[in-house]
Amino acid sequence: MSPTTLTRRAALAGLGSALAVPLALPAIRPAWAQGAPIKVGVLHSLSGTMAISETALRDTVLMMVEWANAQGGVLGRKLEAVVVDPASNWPLFAEKARELLQVHKVDVTFGCWTSVSRKSVLPVFEELKGLLFYPVQYEGEEESPNIFYTGAAPNQQAIPAVEYLMSDDGGEAKRIVLLGTDYVYPRTTNRILRGFLNSKGIANADIMEEYTPFGHSDWQGIVARVKRFAGEGKKTAIVSTINGDANVPFYRELGNQGIKAEDIPCVAFSVGEEELAGIDTKPLVGHLAAWNYFMSVPGAPNEEFKKLWQTYIKNPKRVTNDPMEATYTGFRMWMQAVQKAGTTAVAQVTPALIGQKLTAPCGYEEEMLPNHHLSKPVLIGEVQADGQFNIVWKTPNAVKAENWSQFIPENANRRR
Amino acid sequence: MSATLASPAPSGFGRMTLRLVLIGAVLILALLPVLNQMPTDSALHVSDFVVTVCGKWITYAVLALAIDLAWGYAGILSLGHGAFFALGGYAMGMHLMRLIGPRGVYGHPVLPDFMVFLGYQELPWYWLGFDHFPFAILMAMAVPGLLALVVGYLAFRSRITGVYLSIITQAMTYALMLAFFRNDMGFGGNNGFTDFKELLGMPLNTPNARSVLFYASLALLLGALWLCSAVTRSKLGRVLVAIRDAESRVRFLGYDVTQHKLFVFVLSAVLAGLAGALYVPQVGIINPGEFSPANSIEAVIWVAVGGRGTLLGALLGAFSVNALKTWLTTVAPDLWLFALGGLFVAVTLFLPRGLIGLFTKAPK
Amino acid sequence: MKRHLLGLCLALLLALPAAAQDRFASALAGLGEGFGQTAEVAERLGALGDPRAIPLLRALQDGTLRRTPAGAVLLPNGTDAATGQPADATGAEPVRINNRVRQVLRGALGRLQLISPDPAERLAAAEAVFRSPAPENVPLLQSALTQEREARIRAQLELALAASQLRADDAAAKRDAVARLGTAATTEARALLIEARAANPEIATAIDVSIAAIEQRLALRRVVETLFQGLSLGSVLLLAALGLAVTFGVMGVINMAHGEFVMLGAYATFVVQELCRGIPWLAPWSLPLAVPAAFLVTALAGAVLERGLIRHLYGRPLETLLMTFGVGMILQQAVRLAFGAQNREVVSPSWMQGTLMFPGGIAMTQNRLWIIVFGIFVLLLVVAAIRFTRFGLEMRAVVQNRRIAATMGIRTGRVDAMTFAFGSGLAGLAGVALSQIDNVSPNLGTGYIIDSFMVVVFGGVGSLAGTLVGALTLGVVNKVLEPYAGAVLAKVCVLVAIMLFIQRRPKGLFALKGRAAES
Repeated sequence: MSPTTLTRRAALAGLGSALAVPLALPAIRPAWAQGAPIKVGVLHSLSGTMAISETALRDTVLMMVEWANAQGGVLGRKLEAVVVDPASNWPLFAEKARELLQVHKVDVTFGCWTSVSRKSVLPVFEELKGLLFYPVQYEGEEESPNIFYTGAAPNQQAIPAVEYLMSDDGGEAKRIVLLGTDYVYPRTTNRILRGFLNSKGIANADIMEEYTPFGHSDWQGIVARVKRFAGEGKKTAIVSTINGDANVPFYRELGNQGIKAEDIPCVAFSVGEEELAGIDTKPLVGHLAAWNYFMSVPGAPNEEFKKLWQTYIKNPKRVTNDPMEATYTGFRMWMQAVQKAGTTAVAQVTPALIGQKLTAPCGYEEEMLPNHHLSKPVLIGEVQADGQFNIVWKTPNAVKAENWSQFIPENANRRR
Repeated sequence: MSATLASPAPSGFGRMTLRLVLIGAVLILALLPVLNQMPTDSALHVSDFVVTVCGKWITYAVLALAIDLAWGYAGILSLGHGAFFALGGYAMGMHLMRLIGPRGVYGHPVLPDFMVFLGYQELPWYWLGFDHFPFAILMAMAVPGLLALVVGYLAFRSRITGVYLSIITQAMTYALMLAFFRNDMGFGGNNGFTDFKELLGMPLNTPNARSVLFYASLALLLGALWLCSAVTRSKLGRVLVAIRDAESRVRFLGYDVTQHKLFVFVLSAVLAGLAGALYVPQVGIINPGEFSPANSIEAVIWVAVGGRGTLLGALLGAFSVNALKTWLTTVAPDLWLFALGGLFVAVTLFLPRGLIGLFTKAPK
Repeated sequence: MKRHLLGLCLALLLALPAAAQDRFASALAGLGEGFGQTAEVAERLGALGDPRAIPLLRALQDGTLRRTPAGAVLLPNGTDAATGQPADATGAEPVRINNRVRQVLRGALGRLQLISPDPAERLAAAEAVFRSPAPENVPLLQSALTQEREARIRAQLELALAASQLRADDAAAKRDAVARLGTAATTEARALLIEARAANPEIATAIDVSIAAIEQRLALRRVVETLFQGLSLGSVLLLAALGLAVTFGVMGVINMAHGEFVMLGAYATFVVQELCRGIPWLAPWSLPLAVPAAFLVTALAGAVLERGLIRHLYGRPLETLLMTFGVGMILQQAVRLAFGAQNREVVSPSWMQGTLMFPGGIAMTQNRLWIIVFGIFVLLLVVAAIRFTRFGLEMRAVVQNRRIAATMGIRTGRVDAMTFAFGSGLAGLAGVALSQIDNVSPNLGTGYIIDSFMVVVFGGVGSLAGTLVGALTLGVVNKVLEPYAGAVLAKVCVLVAIMLFIQRRPKGLFALKGRAAES
């Protein structure tokens, strides 16, 4: 059973190249020349648990790079994407961020989905003075000089959604179930919501809060408990901050236990068109989601965006969603800011970004605010049988982001 | 069921070459932070990235060494060593969090940020003492050591061996992962600890701090290597190998198998904990993902790739697999899992003695 | 059939004055101008009692009702709802609804369909009226009750009547209603009573008695439902672990790619569904068809893995473990590249959707119920294969004594391959079941692998009975603990308990005895 010399030699050859890697690394540094391509880092997980959400964002950035090059590039220079796979591994995110900035010398990076991945790369971007665009709605409580947040802050998603549930049209909910995955975004969002609900006169006895682990697949007990909670009188609604994979079994259980939207509506902050693509939505018609963009938004900017995407991905059925729109918006604003600054240097691009305006695919004019967040409209959509959202409510104007929520008392003491 | 493992102690010509290679590798590693200080346009300059990545790999190598000591010499295949590594990391992380002090976002003098916005009024009791560096280091060794002592005692006493032990240790790290993911545990949940500011008075995220941590890791690696080789060469080490190859026979000869195994398991856990403690300030984050069973299996695979029961093989495996991973996740982001998975299959199938088997003769 | 009955209703209506025509048409005013107006129209139509409203409201519910820019309302067949004549559809847009409209719609449709000839429709109508109680429903329900013959529908009508009477002014009827709701033993009835308690302090004690009666029966039901949830989780674990019980328990091979085989089974289900989609008469049967397909696909993959790789590592279980981990990585990424990282949608057939009601008001979700049935089926299949087939006989012979089996002319290599293929095929069957409750994504298997190992080790390696008892025990204990400890801590507790248990009984619940166990 001992290995033959042949296989040994073959293995040796393969492994020899592996060993050469650490030695080769310093040599990767590229030579800089005038008119060299502008490098765009893409820091999204392509394997592991987050690949399900993040691969579409990788494709969006690649699409934008292609699009920008078709327009003649930026500042007359070509754009070049550098894609790495941080594999849903948070320390690897930090390592890859450093590699993008130091080895590949990228001018801008688009990346991250989870809060923890952003927290992991934040010190690296601050130390190396990089520039990161973060395209996902999140819990706020952050404002790095090196990050631009193009997703929603809590006041641009969670609070309007709950206000809607409590309104006439939303069903006048008097009791709220806060269901979430046990991590920082749901915890913080629910804390903000509890403060908000209390300020609206809803007592803590009328709020149920429950957390589940990532990828939770057995929702029988929790859904049954929600039903029981709803059976204690008063109109009840669910506010879901359930993340990623856990949504499919959750919605299946809701449907199977017969929770209809007209009885207990459920509004979700992390369920978009991509997530619904994996679910049979017929039993879910009427449940809600709050975002700043839906694929069903009417208007020319969205038609253009959808066409761009479906042409790029060569699939007329692929859906667009909110974080993709936020990536698109961030990318275009960055291009505008580079044009304005006349350079890709982070020190000049950062101030040029503030105040950039763009009519985004959501149909509203969005503006980059001095707090590095966008002003965004809030849209509430009902799930339809075809997996799209029917927009039932929207703000008249774009709402300014409050990344430091007024419903977290400690924010009064914060530094900065 | 007895593992019919050869005992591939490097011998003869191979052993000399290996020594020289090792010394050379250590010297090159030791030079890295110096080269990092060279001007950036110099041909010899090494970027911060290389230094941090190598520093990380060194801590991985210590973990691999710890696994090799338990698996390669005593036949204890733990699929939960990532848990000891992570516990050491958490101990250091708690120290680093305490050192942030009032520089947190909310400016609270004592409580870390995540506790402030989760509404903690005071520090939980198990956080006390972590503001002292020696205490944190002690805990980075004691907590993994104690866990190994308890789990090991229960397992070895009941004569749980082989794959059963592997499955139980895997369940251990899985249970810990689930527990640490809970925000109510007081360890920051999924976000874990990040945004550290300083250690021992020096601000992190500076080349200086990186060099210090790098040399500390290197020192730990050399110290661990010395300790492990001393243990394996002693009489104790020979008994361990005997246990690995024929546990019942050793027991009948009158040796206390449980105690021997327990000793080496605890020692191995302590080493893993120390490695974790040095890992965290270098990567800047510790989170429950480190407990994930896949991480532990991967660490075992480093040892298998390098060649187990040789100590040097563990180092070789940890460095080569991680270098390959770092390289491939950039050059082939969609395909690297094929290459890495294929490597694991190829090594177990064709190189039962690992990479190091290529350089040394098989013992008779 | 339905159209005939509708015609009959219309004929009856001819007796009414022609003004009804105008009342119906004028009731439509405002439909589609806003959610509030649409809801008012639905309300008016429900109160009007005109059967022409039924197809209109249904179309509104389905989103197939359209409105022209001129304000005409078009039914799905293209006729103008007010006149019944074909109309010009240019520029017509669907009338959109929201949850408030849906709620009103349900009540209105319920009121209109209380006297429908179709019993299923009447039952649904009674339930809908129960959910939207109002004083004006009382006479309607009372007249419906005088005509109703079916006991099931009568009971639902009684409840709906009680719910509406609670809102009315008749004090005697209210008391009566409280007593009747007390027998209902549903959370909805309790919700109504709690709500009524604040508004009617004079009958608070009667309400309390009724609530207490409901609580008592609910508590009993909760026990049964928790048990069901536990059994359902247990059957999922059983399915996931059965394949391992064969490959690990019988052959001693640790297959870390087992979870990926489960995932392959789920994807096979998806592919079968897509293939069937084009053939209308086959589409509803795609799930039963997926069962053999998934088995064959994963069994084949298992046979290839065993013949190609694992057989070189017999006697070295730890190396097998590491190698199959690598195989798992490759399989996961291969599926991700082939099918995309996104979830794939596997539709549940209609007979697996919704809830089945049992006597005593115990509700069980259909898909979970089917999975329990499927779990039992697969277990019996395994037992039958091992006990009663030639393959099973050879397999047992090889496990007990490989060399003697070989001297008896059994081709042990072939038996090994078939055993491993069989175990892998069982993983594929688990995948079919999981496609009905979990994501069909490349990560599907990773969530189940450790639990499956724990089931096999806890139950006793090599014992099918142990696997069964182990899986069900873990499922039930998990679900019993969950309400107290939360989902995560319950799982942690179970894991720790198993670890401690194995320290006491290293061979598991059902330990093999005799020489085979010693090796």
